[in-house]
Amino acid sequence: MNNAANALTLEQVRIHLAGRPLLHVDATVAPGDVLTVMGPSGSGKSTLLAFIAGFLQSTFTAQGQVRLGDTDVLRLPAEQRGVGLLFQDPLLFPHLSVGGNLRFGLPHRSPQKSAQVAKALDQIGLAGFEARDPATLSGGQQARVALMRLLLSQPRAVLLDEPFSKLDTALRQEMRTLVFGQLREAGLPALLVTHDEDDATAAGGQIIALG
Amino acid sequence: MLRLAPLLIIALLVIPVTAGLGMVLLPAFGYLPVLGSEQANLSAWQMLFAQPGLGRSVAVSFASGLASTALALLIVVLFLAASQGTWLDRSLRRLVSPLLAIPHAAVAFGFAFLIAPSGLMARFISPWLSGWESPPDALIVNDPWGLALTFGLVLKEAPFLLLMSLAALPQLQAEQRLRLARSLGYAPTLAWLKVVLPSLYPLIRLPVYAVIAYATSVVDMALILGPRLPPTLSVSILGWFNDPDITRRFMASAAAVLQLGVTLAALLSWWLLEQLSRRLSHRWLTNGDRQRGEALFTVTGRAGLTLASLAALAALVGLGLFSVAGFWRFPELLPQSFTFDHWQRSADMLAGPLVNTALIALLSTGLAAVLVVATLENEQRQQLHPTRSLWLLYLPLLVPQIAFLYGLVVAAERLGIRPQLALVVAGHLLFVLPYVYLSLAEAYRRLDPRWLYIAQSLGVSRRRAFWRVRLPLMIAPLLTAVAVGLAVSIGQYLPTQLLGAGRVSTVTTEAVALASGGNRRLIGVWALVQAGLPLVGFMAAVALPRWLGAPRRAPLNVQRQG
Repeated sequence: MNNAANALTLEQVRIHLAGRPLLHVDATVAPGDVLTVMGPSGSGKSTLLAFIAGFLQSTFTAQGQVRLGDTDVLRLPAEQRGVGLLFQDPLLFPHLSVGGNLRFGLPHRSPQKSAQVAKALDQIGLAGFEARDPATLSGGQQARVALMRLLLSQPRAVLLDEPFSKLDTALRQEMRTLVFGQLREAGLPALLVTHDEDDATAAGGQIIALG
Repeated sequence: MLRLAPLLIIALLVIPVTAGLGMVLLPAFGYLPVLGSEQANLSAWQMLFAQPGLGRSVAVSFASGLASTALALLIVVLFLAASQGTWLDRSLRRLVSPLLAIPHAAVAFGFAFLIAPSGLMARFISPWLSGWESPPDALIVNDPWGLALTFGLVLKEAPFLLLMSLAALPQLQAEQRLRLARSLGYAPTLAWLKVVLPSLYPLIRLPVYAVIAYATSVVDMALILGPRLPPTLSVSILGWFNDPDITRRFMASAAAVLQLGVTLAALLSWWLLEQLSRRLSHRWLTNGDRQRGEALFTVTGRAGLTLASLAALAALVGLGLFSVAGFWRFPELLPQSFTFDHWQRSADMLAGPLVNTALIALLSTGLAAVLVVATLENEQRQQLHPTRSLWLLYLPLLVPQIAFLYGLVVAAERLGIRPQLALVVAGHLLFVLPYVYLSLAEAYRRLDPRWLYIAQSLGVSRRRAFWRVRLPLMIAPLLTAVAVGLAVSIGQYLPTQLLGAGRVSTVTTEAVALASGGNRRLIGVWALVQAGLPLVGFMAAVALPRWLGAPRRAPLNVQRQG
């Protein structure tokens, strides 16, 4: 895999809130690596993710470049950026079944959708859960389905917004291993924002402190 | 396309109201070229002030409007203060939407059946308590002071204000404030009145003003419950507008302007009362008193709304009883015999008005729902802040109907549009739109934006995310808003009557027309049908999402916290 061609590059990214500088980041994340951004609440961690993913509120202004390989993602609408999101809530669509949520993630013209969904569920130990209502799943199961939904959408980079903060300690360790393992295996550059030192250690990459 | 929606809504609400007001103001000062009068003059006003009983009409309109609003607000506020989290609170909250859905006319008829000398209440206490063997000879319904009208209005206004308060409360973190005040030693009801109410009132001020405007100028309830000689100002105006003597229209226009003044005066008085109570309560809020009055507030708070709800329910039961009553001697609580004659005789006559009612309600609500969703979606996409234009939505609710609807008919006629079904639909839209907007906006804005971020980050465009994520997640509040819209349309009397020129008959116009006849069995049938229609809408709104397989229980994180 060609590292430079698929890296996530943040070049002189500066975000201002009402004219006041909020943050400044300059970094490159190689495929399979995780860049951790740490900082207290209010330091603009989540704002950085919203900027990269294409959801920056109009009260913020931003400068700089964000590239995925050679692509300037800032010129693309959010849905064409190929930037996947994982939040602390799994946010499985309540009007769709577990299988429906995974299919929602699959690109429109993927072959053998059912087989892909079944395989994804099997990978996270939930084989045969296609028809279940997401509300009947445990917190850990929902988190795993959300991760698979993200991976099935074949993103080019992944943004993680405190994805483990709502899990209990035992589950948190398990999910860290699963998430970082899957991201490395898929060779995706990832950006993690957190205020938990252990997350940063488990991610095992470069760390930037904000605020 | 989407960007035009908010402009379209504002145009749809503002243009008819201003055009209508204009076409009432001009003739009030003698200008109505159609009738060959082009010279400004004051003769309409001289004629108006020469009408016998005008002062009394004005006084009853003003007083019943203000008193009913004050009473309804007091009942709602004390109830919320006294019943937080109790069993009573939960059950009445469930009742509030259905109660609100019952049209004004049906409530008025039911209430009349309840309090009339031969009504259910008199029968309940006769003869064992009252000693009455025949109905007492007293003018209770249509009393000259407008008391029956005032209490009838309270029955409709209290659920409305309660619903508006319940919608505003989540913004205030009432639970936390209450816990804080109680940890400082405040008794629960006093705590609510001192720490929640001062922040709640500003949020429900516009609805309160809308209630005052409505109550000071109501026509259908005043026709049923209000005084007769002279009637309220609004009812007098309707009579003059419909007078075959065309010169009376000038006077009616002048009276419509006077009605506008009466409503404005009531709003101004209320505003002065607000200032006064703010001054007076300032000391009370900070005097550190944690206990005094607690018991009194708690008891009246729980009793007030319970009584109002019971009265509304009893009114419905009364309608039902009268509609199937055969022979029914006075002090007997129940009819001696039951019959379906009245229903069978009404069935043929019901069909036409029922079709009209449904057609008008579905068309106006459908249009309103599309416009409102488009506006809210546009607001979300443009990240606009909503508050500025909100008062424009209230415009048709703040200007008395009688003051601009007749002008609207005149304005439409000048454009060559004759009164007809389409005009009635457009007229209903004026009142349906604000309510659909008000009931949907909060839920729409509170949907966690991360649902849409997730969808878009999975490669779905904003347009598709709207259909595949936003709409399915909003199906329950959307259907509730539609049910509210249907209920508002079904209950409209004046817009149907005026914009349809009496030729478009709905269940509501037919029911109100029965008021003068006094055949209670027939009234029972029509009022019950009128009351039942909106309930069908609400039941569908509850049942449909389940049937469509939408999430049975809303997951906790569908809505943004706080």
